[in-house]
Amino acid sequence: MITAAASLGIIAVLVAWPVPLILAASAWPSQSPGLALVLWQAIALSGGLSMIGSLLVYGLIPFGETLVQSLSSLGANLRAGTLPPGTSFTHVLALGGAIILSTHLLLNLSSTFVRAERERRRHYTLIALLSDPLRGQPGMRVIDYPAPVAYCLPGPGRSATVLSNGLIRLLDDDQVRAVISHEQAHLTQRHHLVLLAFKSWHSALPWFPIANRAENAVALLVEMLADDHARRVVDDHTLARAIALVGYALAGVTAPRNTEADAAANAATSASAGRLPASPGRIRAEPDHPAHQILPRVSRLMNPRAPLGYPATASVLTMSTLLLAGPALILFAT
Amino acid sequence: MGSLGVLERLIMDVLWDSPTALTANELRDCLLKPPFAADKSKPLATTTVLTVLSRLEAKKFVARDRTLRPHSYSAVMSRAAHTAGLMHDVLGQVPDRQAALARFIGDVTPEEAETLRRLLGVSTTPPRSS
Repeated sequence: MITAAASLGIIAVLVAWPVPLILAASAWPSQSPGLALVLWQAIALSGGLSMIGSLLVYGLIPFGETLVQSLSSLGANLRAGTLPPGTSFTHVLALGGAIILSTHLLLNLSSTFVRAERERRRHYTLIALLSDPLRGQPGMRVIDYPAPVAYCLPGPGRSATVLSNGLIRLLDDDQVRAVISHEQAHLTQRHHLVLLAFKSWHSALPWFPIANRAENAVALLVEMLADDHARRVVDDHTLARAIALVGYALAGVTAPRNTEADAAANAATSASAGRLPASPGRIRAEPDHPAHQILPRVSRLMNPRAPLGYPATASVLTMSTLLLAGPALILFAT
Repeated sequence: MGSLGVLERLIMDVLWDSPTALTANELRDCLLKPPFAADKSKPLATTTVLTVLSRLEAKKFVARDRTLRPHSYSAVMSRAAHTAGLMHDVLGQVPDRQAALARFIGDVTPEEAETLRRLLGVSTTPPRSS
């Protein structure tokens, strides 16, 4: 069992540190965002499984030879209020750590989901009172607000996509169709679930730098997936222009206490007739900054690259499977 | 939206457009006249109006004046103020409020705005940066 605990510990360290760093630094996720999303989820699950598993297996060493045997022995010892001979303080500490960590992660996950659902319900009530349906399109609402805002509100049985008047004024019809398609991809692909899971991981382990990086990377991948959906409705340039126009107009709004939304929107409108230059030059962005999501999206639309080929796709999927199967097999074979 | 949601919306629209506080009976009468009597369905009972009003009061949309009988009702905030508050949640920095929804465009830094300005070929100065 000590080998199992050690191997799980090694996997936990690898998955917590070098693996996500390599993934965050690589360029291919913008070519195949869906694939990268699978890999990030495998990394997160594998990390949790191996971290908790390693603590658990180590703490159970004095209780028996195999995992099943030691768990039943642990139950008997708990009922009797005894500890088997050879139990050291570190074993007890590891067991306690495994229990606390798993409880903490699960409680955090459920409270994140409950809070988000409550907030969505509150928001939906307000939207129902404050916005109007859009030209008979089900689930689309228009709210009277000058800044160009578009977002979707997922929820069981009552999802909504909300556009502001400002957005409809700023963009032409094709660009608005792109935005709608983008938001509807979020809803149909249930992006909020994966976003909330990574958000809860980050809030459960705020001191863990990889959790922050993972949350931001996943947020960007989800936007790219939604962009890819919109690219089926409009051409890349239209979508890129919509993103740039809204982003430029919002730059003055998202700053605290700034209500120059209209001025910014007007400035952007005055440019909306032209075309984006063919080459934007080198666009740099740090992937680990939550705000730095817009330029990578524009950049991949202006210089499109083909998705990963079959061999690369297969190897990413194999790696994801191994990340999950590795810790699981070690645990079950113990 | 269920039928109660539709009624909430209608009653809020009346209250937002009304310069004074209204009683439930006055509200029902307003709902019988254009532009609110959109559909030719059965006229509302005052009890239904009162039910919807107490729901709206619980949601802090409607304030009830209990000094005189019958009680009169008014909107707590204007429609625009509610909208501004909601959009502030959407665009603002409260992480809990943002976790609930997915925005087309998230936060944009001043440096990014400058890059976008170049891409778009806007000649004016970029929106205020801070």
